[in-house]
Amino acid sequence: MTDTTDTGVTRAEYCAIACAEVFRGDGEVMASAFGTAPALGARLARLTFAPDLVLTDGDAALVEGAPALGARPASLVYESHMPYRRVFDVVWSGRRNLIMMASQIDRHGNQNISAIGPWARPKAQLIGVRGAPGNTVNHPTSYWVPNHSPRSFVEQVDVVSGVGYDRATAAGPSATRFHEIRFVVSNLGVFDFNTPDRVMRLASVHPGVTVDDVRAATGFDLVVPDEVPDTRMPTPEELDLLRTVLDPKGARDREVPS
Amino acid sequence: MADKRMTLDELVGELASGMTVGIGGWGSRRKPMAAVRAILRSDLTDLTVVSYGGPDVGLLCASGKVAKVVYPFVTLDSIPLDPHFKAARQAGAVEAMEVDEGMFYLGLLAASQRIPFLPTRSGLGSDVLEINPSLRTVRSPYDDGEELVAMPALRLDAAVVHVNRADAAGSAQILGPDPFFDELFLGAADRRFVTTEQLAATAQLAEEGPIQTMCISRLLTDGVVETPGGAHFTACVPDYGRDEGFQKEYVTAAGDPDAWEAFGQRFLAVDEDGYQAATREAADQRAAARAAKEGA
Repeated sequence: MTDTTDTGVTRAEYCAIACAEVFRGDGEVMASAFGTAPALGARLARLTFAPDLVLTDGDAALVEGAPALGARPASLVYESHMPYRRVFDVVWSGRRNLIMMASQIDRHGNQNISAIGPWARPKAQLIGVRGAPGNTVNHPTSYWVPNHSPRSFVEQVDVVSGVGYDRATAAGPSATRFHEIRFVVSNLGVFDFNTPDRVMRLASVHPGVTVDDVRAATGFDLVVPDEVPDTRMPTPEELDLLRTVLDPKGARDREVPS
Repeated sequence: MADKRMTLDELVGELASGMTVGIGGWGSRRKPMAAVRAILRSDLTDLTVVSYGGPDVGLLCASGKVAKVVYPFVTLDSIPLDPHFKAARQAGAVEAMEVDEGMFYLGLLAASQRIPFLPTRSGLGSDVLEINPSLRTVRSPYDDGEELVAMPALRLDAAVVHVNRADAAGSAQILGPDPFFDELFLGAADRRFVTTEQLAATAQLAEEGPIQTMCISRLLTDGVVETPGGAHFTACVPDYGRDEGFQKEYVTAAGDPDAWEAFGQRFLAVDEDGYQAATREAADQRAAARAAKEGA
């Protein structure tokens, strides 16, 4: 494990903490998290400040507690059956908080996982819109981008899969009613939309990253407040959970090298 | 009771070029791959494939039998993208209808219920409405006045799903944790086919698993084909998991025309028994190669 600061906390650990904060204050909702830092964040939140959070096994069940990354199915304690058809009941009822990944994201929080280039004949076909359109207009959604660059933080996404603030507003009250893009967490910092016109704002930088680093890696004009705080330090308990309980093999440092 | 047992060739014989065909499963999980392979061997063409897409979509696109794909995603799960589908889209070789995965579910549900559409919030504000100009919204006739997406029924000429057990009359059992949307694929279709790991006597089904696993009634099936290994190389738990080694071989071969030609000769130009034998042999070869590497 490489230290990025004199605190000994790695960049990946700040990312996990930032992802955990996505779930603060939600109560009893289903947490879905794609990517290593989000998976760790949801588990950390469940074990500390969000004890009512409901986690899934990534397959078709809700599980008790917060299993370690890669825990064997035989070691899981199941709470409930949650096949995909029932997942939609949860999505559409709003009892879910989600961190998805984004191949592209823009200043309004529009996300693209469908295709790069024109959709009709893409330069690169990606996985498809998946559930992103429905997720974003039904329950809080955040994004995880482990490779912050002008190619991922773009002026305009090629295919709006997850709906951002401008597009939701343009679509009308049925689209905005339950719409909330809460945070974007990248390997460089944390971003929110707490601006008058709901455009992306730098909320914190991970220690070791400068505001200029973030600006240089962002393909659009980011809102930057006068004072940008650091992403908060993990507590000793959180660090211990991350390192010894949830991710003893260090998958987090492979996703985000220090 | 009617005996609905048939062969793969008889199943394919019920299909025709130009049909819209729904394929059950999800990604690289419990796909009716034996039926897909039988379609690959047929002279069917110009198909519209409706699928929570996995290698079924990739293989059918690679064979040139597909005019259009209706999907919310195409993925191999442990490998994010299917190389053949990706190539077909990038070459403009297939028409596409890409929708949200919940919209897709409602399209099948509407078709099953014989109604023209179902309303949903999903899709509003996204490019799904831009890339599918035929999609319409509908306004609630009640006081709320909400404007929602009217997801049209995804009516199918035929559907094929793969299950763990079925009886000769077409009652089918899914022993894995997720039945996905197979019941709705069948409900949405005019011709409805189930392929199964194992044919079972009706009374045996209750011994295999609890009543909730017996989730497809014979009201929804016209034909049953016994195809052991019929979901290979996708996962068909608890009978078998995904054949990750073979899936990698599939993806690697797809990256090179000569390798793909050889893959096709070895695995796809043969009948289903030949396929199963060839994949067992390939697994042995991979194991031997691993052992040699570890021994070196």
